[in-house]
Amino acid sequence: MMQTGIRPYYPDYSTVPVERQINPYADNGGSVVAIAGKDFVVIGADTRLSSGFSIYTRNQNKLFPLSETTVLGCSGCWCDTLTLTRILKSRMQMYHQEHNKNMSTTAAAQMLSTMLYYKRFFPYYISNILVGLDNEGKGCVYSYDPVGHCEKATYRAGGSAGALLQPLLDNQIGQKNLQKPSQEDLTQEKALSTLKDVFISAAERDIYTGDSVLIKIITKDGTKEETFDLRRD
Amino acid sequence: MSYVLCPEIPEPGFSFENCKRNALLESKGFTTPKAIKTGTTIVGIVYKDGVILGADTRATEDTTVADKNCEKIHFLAPNMYCCGAGTAADTEMTTQMVAAQLELHKLYTNREARVATANQLLKQYLFSYQGYIGAALILGGVDIEGPHLHMIYPHGSSVDLPYATMGSGSLAAISVFELGWKPEMGEEEGIQLVRNAIAAGIFNDLGSGSNVDVCIIRKGVVDYRRTYDEANKKGVRQGSYKFPRGATAVLSTKVVDVEEVSVTPVEAERMDVAAF
Repeated sequence: MMQTGIRPYYPDYSTVPVERQINPYADNGGSVVAIAGKDFVVIGADTRLSSGFSIYTRNQNKLFPLSETTVLGCSGCWCDTLTLTRILKSRMQMYHQEHNKNMSTTAAAQMLSTMLYYKRFFPYYISNILVGLDNEGKGCVYSYDPVGHCEKATYRAGGSAGALLQPLLDNQIGQKNLQKPSQEDLTQEKALSTLKDVFISAAERDIYTGDSVLIKIITKDGTKEETFDLRRD
Repeated sequence: MSYVLCPEIPEPGFSFENCKRNALLESKGFTTPKAIKTGTTIVGIVYKDGVILGADTRATEDTTVADKNCEKIHFLAPNMYCCGAGTAADTEMTTQMVAAQLELHKLYTNREARVATANQLLKQYLFSYQGYIGAALILGGVDIEGPHLHMIYPHGSSVDLPYATMGSGSLAAISVFELGWKPEMGEEEGIQLVRNAIAAGIFNDLGSGSNVDVCIIRKGVVDYRRTYDEANKKGVRQGSYKFPRGATAVLSTKVVDVEEVSVTPVEAERMDVAAF
């Protein structure tokens, strides 16, 4: 006799909700390094954009000028970088139209923190480093975590080779673990050569850093741009 | 009986004694260490007089480069070499073990081992471990039957081909072969093609990098060209990173006189054989 009452199992008509997931984030790699001095600040980012084991492009600018004296360097999820910088650009413009002046570096730094925290539970997957000259003309560096924690520093490495480079900067720029730290101010030449050397080292050991570095040097006279070749493997 | 100075010879084969413990640790949230992968481009072609093998020299550990100049073309027998991709330790150990077996086989049969024999030894070994030994190999050599090239997958299947590529850069490399490979190629032309295939992997695959190694196997002669081409020149640093004298703090100083050591030679004692 046929048994009744027991429901047969047809997976196609199952009433149980099935959980499906996609990953909305991508890691496109890249490193950013920034070093500030008394009256200047330099920021560099490599130009490789990649995913997994493949390179999307060898020539991607990851430095975004926000104003005459402020530049933002981004690495991580590229689509988030595009969205964030698009919104930032319009926010900078709105500020200019409302206040009839350019936003200061310090104000932009605070705004970025607020904008990142606004997305606290679906964050922008970016490692941000914002640099510029403050109201006194002094170079400054602000670094962020993806959800908006902001830290003011004088030098910083971020992105895929950030953990590799930061201790080197701590020693060479921050003069950490040295018995007799030099009393002289950091020169622009020293900052620039350290920044380049640090990227050469990163390209040796980090597979997501390479191809070339784009450097911006911000002083009271404006922004200068420079490129520097790295290994391409 | 084992003794501190004379440990017992371990049982042959792998030891699985830590499996249960490691599974327990993992279930408690301990992350297991990752093995180094060769994230590789390896290639091989058959040409007029033999085979040419090629490999890059980068070994990676996740996204960092663990070794900038590692050797991926392994020795199997005087007439056979084998490129390895995958888990670095597995490719190294598997080829070493098969090299030993081939040497014994040669001594036993009084003949040069054939490439087909090495292929069979490798695939049967890999198959018995069901893919857990992560070795993807390109085996090339010249024997009594002529030149041979085999591609062996970690699960134990194999194919013999006139040209082959493996590893994460295999797609970049095969595109070079598909464009440029011809039957009965000359040696210089063949080496150049192999170099180009490896270079394609080095530049277009992030898992591959550094230099090009090439190994040319002809009948009776092997020409192993380690660092055949340096595909990428290392950047030149601008600053000096010498620390000035006194950069490290001296916390305390203690001077100890070195003790005078005298050596008295002892005459070797003759073995007592009176009891025998």
